[in-house]
Amino acid sequence: MANKIIAFVEQRDGEIKKSSLEVLKQGAVIATDTNTSIEAVIIGNEINNLDDIGKYGVSKITHLKNSELANYSVSAYTALLLSFAEESEANIFLFANTAMGNDLAPALAIKLNCGIVVDCIELEVEDNQLVATRPVYAGKALTVVKSNSEKTIFTLRPNVFTIGNISDERAEVIVKDIAEVNLTNKVISVAKVEGKLDVTEADIIVSGGRGLKAPENFGMIEEVASLLGAATGASRAAVDAGWRPHSEQVGQTGKTVSPNLYIAVGISGAIQHLAGMQSSKYIVAINKDKDAPIFGVADYGIAGDAFEIVPALIEELKKK
Amino acid sequence: MKIVVCVNHVPDTATKINIASDKKSIDNTGVTFVINPYDEFAIEEALKTKEIFGGEVVALSLGTEANKETIKKTLAMGADSAVLLRTDLELDSLVVARALANEIKNIEPELVFMGKQSVDYDSSIMGQLVANILDYNIVSTATSFNLDGNKIIAEREIEGGKETIETSLPAVITAQKGLNEPRYASLKGIMVAKRKVIEEKEIKVAENTVTIVEMKKPIAKEAGKIIGDDASAVPELVRLLKEEAKVI
Repeated sequence: MANKIIAFVEQRDGEIKKSSLEVLKQGAVIATDTNTSIEAVIIGNEINNLDDIGKYGVSKITHLKNSELANYSVSAYTALLLSFAEESEANIFLFANTAMGNDLAPALAIKLNCGIVVDCIELEVEDNQLVATRPVYAGKALTVVKSNSEKTIFTLRPNVFTIGNISDERAEVIVKDIAEVNLTNKVISVAKVEGKLDVTEADIIVSGGRGLKAPENFGMIEEVASLLGAATGASRAAVDAGWRPHSEQVGQTGKTVSPNLYIAVGISGAIQHLAGMQSSKYIVAINKDKDAPIFGVADYGIAGDAFEIVPALIEELKKK
Repeated sequence: MKIVVCVNHVPDTATKINIASDKKSIDNTGVTFVINPYDEFAIEEALKTKEIFGGEVVALSLGTEANKETIKKTLAMGADSAVLLRTDLELDSLVVARALANEIKNIEPELVFMGKQSVDYDSSIMGQLVANILDYNIVSTATSFNLDGNKIIAEREIEGGKETIETSLPAVITAQKGLNEPRYASLKGIMVAKRKVIEEKEIKVAENTVTIVEMKKPIAKEAGKIIGDDASAVPELVRLLKEEAKVI
């Protein structure tokens, strides 16, 4: 099977994304299991600590560099990845299933005429073939899939593959200056909410629902999140009411998440919400209705009034 | 301007999913199918664009006889005509993308809208695949869309923020929630839609490149413990999170 693996490493603002480190580590595991080689590629301008990726088991990275590549461009990045992939003769390509990875991977799949399996939560070698598990119906079911194609692209869901132990190795960095950049699709500005964690990348999520009664009551959700270094999430009801932005929505028409800890406050647990968060490692539910479905998936629950419990939680978390 | 909007017919998000006896698909018994929620934003944006620039909106769907329900809804909202690519087969994303792209080539639209994701297989790649087959520009997961002559300015959602994209026609735009507020079909729209013809075409498809070996339910999470019913349970909750779960 695999004679060569390429892992795409994603940068934003010159920093390597954690989800890409997860991809490198998993790629290195697969390379070892199949006795094949792996190398990485990154596109951008100035990038910090590139040789650091050696710690995750990948010993060579090619940096395709141009000042016009600092920001993502699907046209520029696709063209560069295509020529890199063709020259390398690799047959397995790994991406993180991020906004960038999920945009680039299908473009490359068409240009390379190869198979594509996105949003994998498991990727293992069985009988010398890669077998992927990916959720469908927002996690209400799982499919186990195999690619019949000679070349295949896999994208891995962020925050699922663990990084575990890292070594002291440094990677060889090859910088290739790129002369021409195809900017038919160009990012002209990026608006980031300062210090705000995205629900798909957070280790802890504190979510609020209709039980919070009004948008201003999300202040206490944000305070708990801030004390825990967590992202804030919301149920569809809270988003549809206009209390919270859609980017925070967890569930089938929002984001599917699997943090270490998910704290649901005033969320009853509609089936489409449970689908989006039930793969969280630990779930805490705070809801005054003791029969709410959310308690059916919660590890720890407090069946009481959020307006008493959450302020007490804030006080308790401030103690240390 | 010619605009295509792709629409898919999917299980309602409120539906419980059970696995069929072949262990490779879902059991459709008792499942309510609806228009894919993200496609409603795509339809709205297609109709808004037509209202500003003139032209026509063609609805395109791939699937079985049942898809006609979703197509009729699209026509009732205001699409001018519709094409159903008929197949009863379970197809992977690449095969579907090629079939859609083939038909879009016949229609020759300047713009193609579709939902950013179908809430059945959840891949979020159909728009990108179709755009790359057609050599159209692409903005995926769009939360805003503006057209000025040939120039497109659109925002797309990224982790913790948004990026603003500049590109040009022809293009595929995939709709994220927040792009607009989809309209309801008016009574007049529903009546007019009844007279619109759905053109049906049989399609020839290639072999799937990805095979489903098995479909299964995730391991169900079991209910844990209710620690208490008021604020006095909080210290115990924090202790459990620190000492038992070790997550904070």
